[in-house]
Amino acid sequence: MSDPLLKIESVTKKFGGFTALSNVSLKVHTGERFGLIGPNGSGKTTLINCISGTLQNDGGEIFFDGHDLNGMKPHQRTAAGIARTFQIPRPFHSMTVLDNLKIPIEYVSGIGIGQSEIAEQAMSILETMGMAEKANQETLGLTQIELRKLELARAIAAKPKLLISDEAMAGLTGNEVDEVLEILIGFNEQGMTIIMIEHIMRAVMHFSQRVICLDAGELIAEGKPDEIVKDKGVERAYLGV
Amino acid sequence: MTTVLRYKFELGCVLVLVLAFVLTQIGVNNFFFFAGFAVVQFVMIATAWNILGGYGGYINFGTAGFLGVGSYTAIALIQWSDVSIVPQIIIGALMAGLLGLFIGYFTLRLRGVYFAIATLALAIVLETFVNNWDFVGGAAGISILPPRNPELLGVMIVDRKGAGIFDNNTEFLFFLISAMAIFSVWIARTIERGKLGRGLNAIKDNEEAAECMGVPTLRLKLVATTVSGSLMGAAGAIFPNYLTFVDPLTAFNLEFAINALAMPMIGGTFTWIGPVIGALLLGTVQQIAIVTISSELNLLILGVVLVIFVVAAPHGIVGWFMKKN
Repeated sequence: MSDPLLKIESVTKKFGGFTALSNVSLKVHTGERFGLIGPNGSGKTTLINCISGTLQNDGGEIFFDGHDLNGMKPHQRTAAGIARTFQIPRPFHSMTVLDNLKIPIEYVSGIGIGQSEIAEQAMSILETMGMAEKANQETLGLTQIELRKLELARAIAAKPKLLISDEAMAGLTGNEVDEVLEILIGFNEQGMTIIMIEHIMRAVMHFSQRVICLDAGELIAEGKPDEIVKDKGVERAYLGV
Repeated sequence: MTTVLRYKFELGCVLVLVLAFVLTQIGVNNFFFFAGFAVVQFVMIATAWNILGGYGGYINFGTAGFLGVGSYTAIALIQWSDVSIVPQIIIGALMAGLLGLFIGYFTLRLRGVYFAIATLALAIVLETFVNNWDFVGGAAGISILPPRNPELLGVMIVDRKGAGIFDNNTEFLFFLISAMAIFSVWIARTIERGKLGRGLNAIKDNEEAAECMGVPTLRLKLVATTVSGSLMGAAGAIFPNYLTFVDPLTAFNLEFAINALAMPMIGGTFTWIGPVIGALLLGTVQQIAIVTISSELNLLILGVVLVIFVVAAPHGIVGWFMKKN
């Protein structure tokens, strides 16, 4: 098999005396749909923060597409091809929905292209997401699903090789979850590698080709979705039995 | 015609500058230029402040520090070898810009109120430094005599007998600060409408999200502090010529910091016209209050107006009008 797109080797992150991640190693291959699960506080978001650069890992190494990410700033990692969403949507609230998408296009995926083309590209992503009619709306009036979609759309606008979706479906209804899943699978089919962090098991198991489970900062299981749901360690982590 | 419309802002700038020049030539009372200088200087300071504070959302309380560096660079140059006013302004701007870059590098990792406190401390540290620097007059201050007949590139600028472009120094300084203020507004507007301005806006809205969306936040903030600082420095460098007596208390006066943030907030921080309106309005009211009531009333007026605006029109005059439409 070719070199993995993302290779994490013995990554450790400590907050004072608390070890949030200890010796986590994993590989994600190009074009893969990868699920990341684990109970609350197990270190999922910390791992994502270490990959996207909003936190620097204390030990271990992260390689992405030939780059050694250690010491790279978040914006440099985005330029290298990693884009993420935030668990709690963080829209640019003084801008319209369309202008939100223009930022990653102008700064990452479309450096040097003209404003009208930037607007076209942003609009086409909004259309794919089914949000075209909201383009000129302020983000303040958006509903929960619209905010989640905007968060995804903005990350996708950076045209990443690797998209990390941090609980993009939290708080959504069943139909809305299906809608977001469909969008993500669509982008995956176009070649985008996706890591999904999710608490909605139905979604993450349906979506992922491979899943890992974190518990208390340690990787406790790795495998195909149906293997993971049967794993005793995973059961213990979630149910405590 | 479309070309004219496209450059209507630039044409407007030229028109305002021509108007400022014509005013100095038609025998208007000199006090007008003396008071007008203070108002236009505030347009420049407020515009400079707004580049970091309004677009980027970083509240700078150290305006007085940047102005003071400009003023004292000019004084040091005069003391050193009677350098003329244009190089004074350019070098003053450079020094304040360097200070902005330096301070920015060390303080821009701080957010919100911590950044504000760090910049406030900057002004105090610099004032203490100048207080103890005898070459530029120390705590006692220093008198600056503007050159009697300044020339620029062989052209006589000021001459009381009418041989120069201006009849007196105040008229010349009023014209010069007008040109500088227009230049500042042009820079602010260019930033606002460009990639830098959009990046700064993203930083203001959510810095972490901006960084993760590829915006090099630290670099953008450093550019903003440097540009903002150097414009403040330029506004400060012209000050000694206007005041003719400068002491650290005047040059590092905290009132500048308060005005610099109150004016954009009253006018509206998200677009270039906001600080201009705020500064023209508040600056004029303050100048009128100085003459008609008392110079001590300024801060009271400022405070009351600021409280009213924060409560009644948090997006300033511009925001208020935009909502009405």
